[in-house]
Amino acid sequence: MLQNVVQWLEERTGIPGALQHFLNEEIPHSAGWHQVLGSVAVFGFLTQLLTGILLAMNYAPTPGDAYDSLRYIVTEVTGGRLIRGLHHWGASLMIVTVVLHMLQAFIWGAYKKPREATWIAGVVLLLLTLAFGLSGYLLPWDNRAYWGTVVTTRISALAPGAGPYVLKLLGSDGTSIGVVTFARFYAAHVLLLPPLAMLLIVLHIYLVRRHGVAPVPADEHQPKKKFYPGQVSKDTAAIFVWFAVLMGMAIVAQVPLGHLADPTDLSYVPRPEWYFLFLFQFLKFFEGPLEVVGAVIIPTLAIFALVLVPFMDRAKMTAVTKRVGALGVAAFAAFAWAGLTARAVATTPETREMDMATIQPWQEISAGNLASIGYFRKGGCVNCHAISLEGLTTSSGPDLTAAPSGRTPEWLVDHFRSSPIKQAPQLSDAEAQMLAVFVGKRGDKAVKAWASAPQPAVNGALIYLASDCGSCHKINNVGGDEGPPLNGTGERHDRAWLEQHFMNPAKFVPNTSMPNFEFNPAELKLITDYISAIPR
Amino acid sequence: MAKPMDQESTHTRRSFYSVVIGGMGSLIAAALAFPAAIYLFVGARSGQRAGFTEAASFADLEIGKPREVTFERVKTDGWRTFQEKAIAWVVRTDAKNAVAYSAQCTHLGCAYHFEEKRLQFVCPCHDSIFAIDGKVLDGPAPRPLDRYHVRVDGGKLLIGNQIEKA
Repeated sequence: MLQNVVQWLEERTGIPGALQHFLNEEIPHSAGWHQVLGSVAVFGFLTQLLTGILLAMNYAPTPGDAYDSLRYIVTEVTGGRLIRGLHHWGASLMIVTVVLHMLQAFIWGAYKKPREATWIAGVVLLLLTLAFGLSGYLLPWDNRAYWGTVVTTRISALAPGAGPYVLKLLGSDGTSIGVVTFARFYAAHVLLLPPLAMLLIVLHIYLVRRHGVAPVPADEHQPKKKFYPGQVSKDTAAIFVWFAVLMGMAIVAQVPLGHLADPTDLSYVPRPEWYFLFLFQFLKFFEGPLEVVGAVIIPTLAIFALVLVPFMDRAKMTAVTKRVGALGVAAFAAFAWAGLTARAVATTPETREMDMATIQPWQEISAGNLASIGYFRKGGCVNCHAISLEGLTTSSGPDLTAAPSGRTPEWLVDHFRSSPIKQAPQLSDAEAQMLAVFVGKRGDKAVKAWASAPQPAVNGALIYLASDCGSCHKINNVGGDEGPPLNGTGERHDRAWLEQHFMNPAKFVPNTSMPNFEFNPAELKLITDYISAIPR
Repeated sequence: MAKPMDQESTHTRRSFYSVVIGGMGSLIAAALAFPAAIYLFVGARSGQRAGFTEAASFADLEIGKPREVTFERVKTDGWRTFQEKAIAWVVRTDAKNAVAYSAQCTHLGCAYHFEEKRLQFVCPCHDSIFAIDGKVLDGPAPRPLDRYHVRVDGGKLLIGNQIEKA
């Protein structure tokens, strides 16, 4: 049966025969584990293609919407966080794989005549991989993406002569970036680069087949091997390990989503993706008019040098162990790269941002609203007023999450006082007033938080209210102006700082008008947790 | 004697290779296909938010006489949540109750209208006919008219989400 199908296909298309021919390629006796990286890179590319297409199916490619849709993918779509993780970490692993593949070819001298064109196609593929990383970096449209890309476009503007044109091409006016730049990056990332990369991969593989896998001198006296099944199974095993690493990273090291891109956020210190950090650091050695040297000229020369490698080293093939020069160059490059990267990591600490993908509605409402939710719970109101967010409620009182109460505050306060839930603790006048305002006029976020806000957070808000913090501080735009707004406090200060600051603010801020607060340890924990959780 | 032995070892090695290639290949394919399928077919976690909005004054509705009402509702569509207008056909059934039908025919989703003389809902697309209790009287419609959750509160008729189809 299967044989008949194969036979039929062979006669009509010739594909089975071509496949067999491909698998039966003769490879040198020395071929082995060191040559698996090309196949791994092809597999990585295909994985990126698949996860990229999946992401695009839930993604809106315009600023703002892009952020919302990505937040939707990672918070609401089942499996969305994993798919994004695979795509994000896949990009990093692609860079690692492509660079290692190139390093292998370089150390073994596989670029030598007649394989110069194969090498050059490989250099272009490396640049394409970097272009994928650079263009994809903007697409989440969070602060990291925005500020990183601002720096990228500014650097490209430095290019002598070409600068203004590059800026035009990137749709930037040279100061900020917006919808046009976003569209250009998106188009490049999903429409231009993938077909270009596919074309070059095909060309690269075609050239490898045309000239054969690069042999070592001893191969001449050894019988040749076949690509299938020995080398294919080595490739498969390497791909398997690579994929297991990727899967592990996607599951364990979840990619955060920062704040929505904010051009007015001057506190954000942009730092590029790790594989561009060395360039970022390199740039710091050049100042003033010399900047263009570090930003554009030297990187361009380096790319040219890479392209010219096969023409600079024209010696005959030698055993890899004798290629001391190549090993030296590779070691120097690796050393320089690692040094620059380490220095960049040390000197530019990453801006601490809360992972917006995990922000809950209760973190985005005022302390008063959150405390009101606390009064509602404390007063036992839920016994009659269900606050379920799904389906019909069968409770006796009206569902207050469905529609705000139409009663007057006076009626409501009276209603709280005469509540049929006798065992419930009485609310104080201020608390009752606050709850009355809340049930009559509550926002969409507060409704979502009503059922889901964790009790410790609610208790934190109750302490906040009891300590009257809101008369000087704002949380989510509600409160007084005397003290600084508290949104993002958790990103600026750690817990120890906050706890000590509560007890003795003057120790940190001389002449502060904030009084000392004598919280007991439990209260201190609750209020610190609460304040730390308010996003920027 | 040596030759068959050699062939045998070549044979075992070949089958070891095919186990490696086939086994690991299938594992990778499954590890990619499974999350992809979940991502595409299971979909988003958050559903429609429950909630009732005011649609009409209950006292103004006549028993047994359908009326087309427009009401506002909060809709969640993927990553966007917005207010939109929606239309329902409302029929008051007795002193205390009313039903609200989705304004789309259950056949292919055309908007139907109400024929006053015959007291029937008629779909112009494929001539489905519904009674005012929503039952199919004629035509290709596969089930009675879809309904919304309704509630009467303080003299107002409130409309909620559509009742899940059985």
